[in-house]
Amino acid sequence: MATIETARPDPDLDASDRKVSVSPVTLETDAHENTGTVGRFPRIQPGLFVACLILALAILWALVPGLFTIYDPVQGLPGQHLRPPSATHLLGTDSLGRDLYARIVYGAIHSLSGALAAVGIALVAGTALGVLAGSFGGRIETVIMRLVDVMLSIPDLLLSLSIIVLLGFGTVNAAIAVGCTLIAKFARLVRSEVVTVRRSEYVEAAFGSGGTFLKVLWRHILPNSLTSVIAFAALQAGWAILQLATLGFLGYGAPPPTPEWGLLIAEGRNYIATAWWLTAAPGLVVVLVVISINRISRAIGSIGK
Amino acid sequence: MTAPIIGTIAEESAPILDVAGLVVAYRDRSGQRTVVHDIDFEVRAGEVVALVGESGSGKSSTAQALIGLLPEGGILQQGTIRLNGQDIAGWPQKRLDGIRGSVISLVPQDPGNSLNPVRTIGEQIAEILTVHGWASGAAARAQAIELLERVGLSQPQLRARQYPHELSGGMRQRVLIAIAIALKPSLIIADEPTSALDVTVQRHILDLIDDLRREYGTAVLLVTHDLGVAADRSDRLIVLQHGRIQEQGHTANILANPQSNYTRRLLADAPSLNARPKTPPVHPVASTAPADDIVVVDRLVQDFGAGRGGGFRAVDDVSFRVRRGSTHAIVGESGSGKTTTIRIVSAFQKPTSGQVLIDGLDLASLRGEALRQLRKKIQLVYQNPYGSLDPRQTITGIVEEPLLNFERLSRRERLAKVAATLDKVRLPADISQRRPHALSGGQRQRVAIARALVLDPQILVLDEAVSALDVTVQAQILDLLGELQRELGLTYLFVSHDLAVVRQIADTVSVLNVGQLVETGRVEDVFSNPSSPYTRELIDAVPGKKFPRATAPALTSAG
Repeated sequence: MATIETARPDPDLDASDRKVSVSPVTLETDAHENTGTVGRFPRIQPGLFVACLILALAILWALVPGLFTIYDPVQGLPGQHLRPPSATHLLGTDSLGRDLYARIVYGAIHSLSGALAAVGIALVAGTALGVLAGSFGGRIETVIMRLVDVMLSIPDLLLSLSIIVLLGFGTVNAAIAVGCTLIAKFARLVRSEVVTVRRSEYVEAAFGSGGTFLKVLWRHILPNSLTSVIAFAALQAGWAILQLATLGFLGYGAPPPTPEWGLLIAEGRNYIATAWWLTAAPGLVVVLVVISINRISRAIGSIGK
Repeated sequence: MTAPIIGTIAEESAPILDVAGLVVAYRDRSGQRTVVHDIDFEVRAGEVVALVGESGSGKSSTAQALIGLLPEGGILQQGTIRLNGQDIAGWPQKRLDGIRGSVISLVPQDPGNSLNPVRTIGEQIAEILTVHGWASGAAARAQAIELLERVGLSQPQLRARQYPHELSGGMRQRVLIAIAIALKPSLIIADEPTSALDVTVQRHILDLIDDLRREYGTAVLLVTHDLGVAADRSDRLIVLQHGRIQEQGHTANILANPQSNYTRRLLADAPSLNARPKTPPVHPVASTAPADDIVVVDRLVQDFGAGRGGGFRAVDDVSFRVRRGSTHAIVGESGSGKTTTIRIVSAFQKPTSGQVLIDGLDLASLRGEALRQLRKKIQLVYQNPYGSLDPRQTITGIVEEPLLNFERLSRRERLAKVAATLDKVRLPADISQRRPHALSGGQRQRVAIARALVLDPQILVLDEAVSALDVTVQAQILDLLGELQRELGLTYLFVSHDLAVVRQIADTVSVLNVGQLVETGRVEDVFSNPSSPYTRELIDAVPGKKFPRATAPALTSAG
């Protein structure tokens, strides 16, 4: 019955019902839009709840690691190297007798702050480029967007490695490198949002009421473009953690003995046959945190809709 | 799939559709809301019954409930729907499929969205024949072409091969009608079949529905907000408000002698049924000096897409003048260039050639800051108050924005001015902190007008500013515009496709057709004595002439 199905009046397109004279009907339209999708006020979703819990724990690790472990992440305990997980050492110890759990807890700050910095750099630079391209159009847009295309065509890892080689090793430089790989993605998203908002009538009306370009940009274009950009930023934070861990694993990130998650995985690799948990535990932590961030960013995205 | 009810035309006496005690509700997180309360009505063979009401009156929900296509969350709570004597109210979707199209069919509201964009017209019509087992393969295709011809499409062979986007709105609506009549149903539900169409197209479509009804004896349930259309086309009228029937009976009786207050108000507000002469402006239109022309448009031309081969001329040599303090209307159908013209006049677009003088200033000479300063003089109000207000700002934020751009006022002065302007457009003060989505369409349009007025402009350009609103709200906004003009001496440039509204508000009028000026002059002259056939066609197409009201002379008798 596809023919009849196509003929079915869509509530959201029912123009006459949208021209409402009382607010209850506005609620009705909202109700239709949200049925079947994540609502504006989502019911408690177990997946989201667990994700928030994991992320909250990781943030606490980063802020107050001392609350979670009594061991030192850098100083090993003599005679206690390569112990398997036990009550005293939850995740065992590494080859120098350092408590692995303590190292993961203390490593949170490096991964999270690095990801935050990377996304921050990309958000600012990418938004600026995207807004420039989207609002000016013409030649400026062409130049910026072709540059973005070039950046997108270079594999992320290759790009970040090249930048690190230029800047030198270290946590901060790794964050900058990861941030640079994200700029192009942000620029592309922001541009498309800006182009959409720019075409809307309220933006033209704002110019019509005498707004200068910058004022209209600030009052209308930016606020209305940013919802999906924020969701995207959250998503990319997870990805940045992964990238930082990759760089750490390859030895381009924080130098030893920093308890950086990628570095932990790399260090455990030598003992994978005898002490597999040295690799598996930090790997699992990275996976859980990244998945949690993805889940949360999806929730942010659906609020915006 | 066998149709349990065969679509035979019932005898005159028995109703085809008999609805009793219908209750429809919507269920959402906050609970249940009943939108249709206990409605009873019937439709007999060969009869047109109009279901009239404003937005939110439950007319669409009623129509959708009849055919079992309520949107998600909608439930038919109570009542019987007897179709040819059989109650279909509780039927599951699968069973309803068998009668949809064959016994009862729907002509949807928006022809733009109701056809499948990736399939040809012919396929889509053939599909309904195939699905119901009436014909298949080549036979179905041949029938589809016959149907296209039957609904008055030129070159039906070609149309059958075309895709929906290649057809105009009116043509698409004809295709949907072809689908609706394909199986010769006993009842057609036409849900606002013409509200998205131009007035002349509207007339042709309604004529077509009328013809088909006469030919097949099909009953039609016409859902509409336009009392003029209902008056012209229906045998019986059902007036709905807040999901309750206010009045039902023979159309002529109701129009002549409305019983309920609501019907009386609707009748009074419908511009097509109740043409009120415009109150004369403060500055008489006949005032003398040509210097008093605040808007002068001279030989305006606008081309689009030139250079890339086969550009097209949207505005072709249009000239008109508007006197200070008067209202000039620009009328025409979609594609006539009226919107382009006013966008040029309000300096959103540079014309290809021609001159526009606003209060003596040549728009072409203005750049940058000078152009910005011009905005204080001329303000545009958009057609759609849903798109022209920033959803993230409060009403105060929206209305104060022009002040922030131009005047160095303290916060207190600014807020006082905003409050005064909101008061001027008769908006209650307590809405000032709300956001647009919490307002009704009429209130939003008032906010848009307030934003335009806050700078005390001299000219207000209104782009179909009332056409998206219900008749009652429309009447209120038109009254407001009239009052504001008398109080502030504003000049209006009023774009509309609705000639009834134009006659009510405008002093002078320009008629555009495919970019060219067909006629211009005083409203009384143009309407009573149109010199061009196009204008005459436009005027004839205005619905609501079947029942001229005693209180006001009808269009034709105006001169």
